[in-house]
Amino acid sequence: MAELFVYGIILGSIIALGSIGLTLIFGILRFANFAHGDLMTAGAYIALFLVTGLFNWLGIPDKNLGFLSFGWRMIFTFPVSMMAVSMLAILLDRILYRPLRRKKSGNVILAMSALGASFIIQMSVLILWGADSLFYKPGVLRPALELPLEIKIRPDQIFIILVVFFSITALHLFLKHTKMGKAMRATADHPELARITGINTDRVIQWTWGMGGAMAGLGGILYGIDVQLHPGMGWGFILPLFAATILGGIGNMYGALVGALVMGVAQQISTAYILPTYKPAVAFILMILILLVRPQGIFGGRS
Amino acid sequence: MSLLEVIDVTAGYGETDILDNVSIELEPEEIVSMVGPNGAGKSTLLKTIFGLLTPKKGSIKLQNEEITGFSPDRIVRKGMGYVPQVENVFPSLTVHENLEMGAFIRADDFRDKLDEIYALFPLLLKKRTEKVGKLSGGMKQMVAMGRALMLDPKVLLLDEPTASLAPILVGMLFEKIVEINRTGVAMIIVEQNARETLRVSHRGYVLAMGRKVFEGSGLDLLKDEKIGKLYLGG
Amino acid sequence: MEIGGIVSYLVSLVILAGIYAVMTLGLNIQWGYTGLFNIGIAGFFCIGAYTSALITTPMPTGVYAQYVHQVFGLNLPFIFGILGAACVCGLIAFLIGVPTLRLREDYLAIATIGIAETIRVIFNNEQWLANGPRGLMGLPQPLQGWINPRDYNYLYVIIVLFILLVIYWAIERAIRSPWGRVLRAIREDERATAMSGKDIFYFKMQSLVFGSMIMGVGGALYAHYTKSISPDVFTPLYGTFIIWVMIMVGGSGNNKGAILGAFMVWGIWIGTKFMTDFLPYTLKARAPYIRFLLIGILLEIVLIRHPEGLLGEEKKVSKMID
Repeated sequence: MAELFVYGIILGSIIALGSIGLTLIFGILRFANFAHGDLMTAGAYIALFLVTGLFNWLGIPDKNLGFLSFGWRMIFTFPVSMMAVSMLAILLDRILYRPLRRKKSGNVILAMSALGASFIIQMSVLILWGADSLFYKPGVLRPALELPLEIKIRPDQIFIILVVFFSITALHLFLKHTKMGKAMRATADHPELARITGINTDRVIQWTWGMGGAMAGLGGILYGIDVQLHPGMGWGFILPLFAATILGGIGNMYGALVGALVMGVAQQISTAYILPTYKPAVAFILMILILLVRPQGIFGGRS
Repeated sequence: MSLLEVIDVTAGYGETDILDNVSIELEPEEIVSMVGPNGAGKSTLLKTIFGLLTPKKGSIKLQNEEITGFSPDRIVRKGMGYVPQVENVFPSLTVHENLEMGAFIRADDFRDKLDEIYALFPLLLKKRTEKVGKLSGGMKQMVAMGRALMLDPKVLLLDEPTASLAPILVGMLFEKIVEINRTGVAMIIVEQNARETLRVSHRGYVLAMGRKVFEGSGLDLLKDEKIGKLYLGG
Repeated sequence: MEIGGIVSYLVSLVILAGIYAVMTLGLNIQWGYTGLFNIGIAGFFCIGAYTSALITTPMPTGVYAQYVHQVFGLNLPFIFGILGAACVCGLIAFLIGVPTLRLREDYLAIATIGIAETIRVIFNNEQWLANGPRGLMGLPQPLQGWINPRDYNYLYVIIVLFILLVIYWAIERAIRSPWGRVLRAIREDERATAMSGKDIFYFKMQSLVFGSMIMGVGGALYAHYTKSISPDVFTPLYGTFIIWVMIMVGGSGNNKGAILGAFMVWGIWIGTKFMTDFLPYTLKARAPYIRFLLIGILLEIVLIRHPEGLLGEEKKVSKMID
């Protein structure tokens, strides 16, 4: 059980990368980005292309670093893939969501458009890589360390937790201390007042997508390292992502983190009692419960 | 040439017109009040001047430059500030951060301006690291005005500044308004609290049903019994 | 291909387009008339199909029972299958609606995603329910004794179109009634309808239930056409997304638009099959994904350029009001 709890924290921290971005987007743009899970998929697969394709061709060495299951190629891949997903997210906003916002199309049409974008990304992945599950380094042995309480944890997973911790800290510092970060928080509070104040809300929106996309992409890569890649991976995250965001309160970054950890732990612990394929259902039921009992979330965001 | 001219403006939301051929002026360093019954269109006029609403007819000029139809972020760069009635502060940001956001488009070092604002509102200095959402209505109003002043506007539009204030604070707020005016900022104040605002105004306009029905000096409007009964709540 | 082959191919196209038209009509009640953003259509598609399958097949006996597990099998005629599908879907919609209908529209959407996923996972894992991932096969077809199996589709297409017309007619009558006007008012502006929250909830529930019942019928029609169903038939792509594309292309708030959208998008779908037949061999396996990508792009173009669809919303709903 303790082991399941730890796996829950690991899964939860990956979910957190997605849910934090999602809550930022929800808070500033007020719409449900159904394509967010697939931004994670995009990150994972772009990384796959880099690790097995481009960086391979460029001759970057790939010996495993220490006990980790990857080498320098993956290290270089992280920033490049995250940038790529950032740009993808900004591009989607430019072509799809911004024109709809300008037309004042309404939340549902925007969400529908995001749904369409989600399928477009999934289909693109399916066209390029097919439907099978893939790995960054097939056939690699993954040695596990043993911790007290008989918990087995892999070095990769320790890496994941550290990366997530640092990213979230970095994001926190960004939002708290930089001008753009404050502008993002201000726009999340009252977008109209932000305009009146002279804040360039277009740039704020770009940055929001950029950061949300980068975090999601990172989450996808980490999941690919920890488990595997398959085209539906992001879509499978949609329920936990939204459940975590709602649990934490819309627009509340720290709430999204807590919500994600709760979701991760709940899902992993549930496997002790029910089949693992029911994990999305666990997230779903938790989400319904929160919406019924306290729709503004634990920490109270917008409801 | 007036600082701000509103010429024969008709504006509204959708099919309905709220303002009907309204014309007003604002001279430099003046305080002008806009009073009248609820629904007269006073707030709508401010929104139209600031570009949140585009007039269907008429024109608006700032320092003889056409600004009709400009978006708010262009108008704010021309030297006009606007303090809305509600949602006029960023609740999850601190006092200091709210003021910083006010200075968003400034490219220079605005610490002097910050000091000025804190000198004007000493209570804000004490609370500057607190989240504005937790402050009282009076403090919030001060933050809202401070925020708008960070850009050294020539014209400041205030929409019902005393609306959420306890009566004791109303007098203090108008003192601040006079102080701000003395630094050279012209203001248009929309107010329900007609007497208080006319008392500090150089001139005033009475709006009713979307039209300008009276204008005159602040004192004259205040003393006029007829206007008092009809429009200023007796 | 000889004429016989072409005609038979077209007939099978029309059957499927007709089934999807039924689904789109159901969605139109929920979305077109009440503004409910239901992304869980696949769930009702699935339940309708499975309910009808279970009602119309016998319980497996003897050796057969070792391979096929069903929770029940009533071996009743087709008409009971359809009615059963509608009723069960309606009931499930009611149960789902109680906790979720008060939610904001995008929250409702996520809830419907969760519901469809949960339904699919349940059918996939609970073998005792309907044979798990292997699904049910050998489903009977209505009036199958009347005509020889090779020409059966000609009979089935008439059944499908007949049911489609009946449903269309019923909805058109309902929409023109006072009940229908209230529905439209709710979609336009909930607050302005000046009804209590409880009444709006009641109307939304009715719309959810009726729409789902129709989707259940669509599921049943599908099951008896393909004669075998399994949980992975009812994916978000084939069971939900494509129906949304159909309704947005054809025109939401317009029943004729819904039917038109279904036929058009299904036609485009089939058309893309011919296009991808020209692909080199290596890409052939990926052809369905390319086709779906095009459908996805079609949706985006419609949303940005022409969100009211081909026919747009119905202007005159009642002769008495303009």
